[in-house]
Amino acid sequence: MLTIGLAHYLTVGAILFVLGVVGIFLNRKNVIVILMSVELILLSVNLNFVAFSAHLNDLTGQVFALFILTVAAAEAAIGLAIVVIYYRNRGSIEVDDASALKG
Amino acid sequence: MIAGLAFYLFAFILIASAVMVVTSRNPVYSVLYLILAFFNAAALFLIAGAEFLAMILVIVYVGAVAVLFLFVVMMLDVDFVQLREGYQRYLPVGAVIGGILFLELLLVIGAWRFAADVSDLRLSPTPADVSNTEALGRIIYTDYIYLFQISGLILLVAMIGAIVLTLRDKPTAKRQNVADQIARSSEVMMAQPAIGAGIRREEILRPLPPPEKPAAKIEHGGHH
Repeated sequence: MLTIGLAHYLTVGAILFVLGVVGIFLNRKNVIVILMSVELILLSVNLNFVAFSAHLNDLTGQVFALFILTVAAAEAAIGLAIVVIYYRNRGSIEVDDASALKG
Repeated sequence: MIAGLAFYLFAFILIASAVMVVTSRNPVYSVLYLILAFFNAAALFLIAGAEFLAMILVIVYVGAVAVLFLFVVMMLDVDFVQLREGYQRYLPVGAVIGGILFLELLLVIGAWRFAADVSDLRLSPTPADVSNTEALGRIIYTDYIYLFQISGLILLVAMIGAIVLTLRDKPTAKRQNVADQIARSSEVMMAQPAIGAGIRREEILRPLPPPEKPAAKIEHGGHH
């Protein structure tokens, strides 16, 4: 039990992924926490990549995790910028208020 | 043994802080727990042997992304109590969907297995004699150089996009108007003052300012 294998990492990644998805459902009114939940999901994906990379002795997984990290950082920057201008225009950050494109 | 205990410790703190991220009442606490979660994930990366990614995670996430979140949370003047209103209503749906998703993931984890020739399918096997950072550097700058450049471009586009999105024009800002500058006619006049009299104003003669716009007429009462 104390030897750490691939299954341990995959389980932690699965729990983290589920927590991120549940966070999106729970915080329907707060876009910032939804963005944080997305970060958690991406972190769990990274954890899986690193675990497989370590288990298979293949560095490609770590390279891939590096690129995911890049995209996650870009996504956070753009998402927060959108939240800021959304707050400027609407005065709230609720998801349900985003209905300007509804016909 | 030690590594196993450390794994359980870090994994527990990671999951506990992830729970706190999605359930805590104040988004500032959420950000702080997110930072804690990233630190523990970095520790898990270290245990798996990915030192470079662990350090990058700490630098990029704790140093940049989490601080960005913190700035935005503190910049927006949002009534956080009001944001929590629908929490009880969404909790059952979220719990059900989360439970289903977790069961599915467990089924996947329990059922899959590696291909028989998995060790032949490796793209870049880990070299034995160099450190993790050096090995990653060797393949990032050779095999994956185009992807690396593209990720740099992604970051550039994200930076420009964030600036363009949030840039606000101030009406009082003074800008250079190139067209006006080029279209300006030369109106430098040569003065020939009488000796000893000087000219009226000792400064550069400038073209007169454009005439003031007549004030808008204010109508009192009148037609509808």
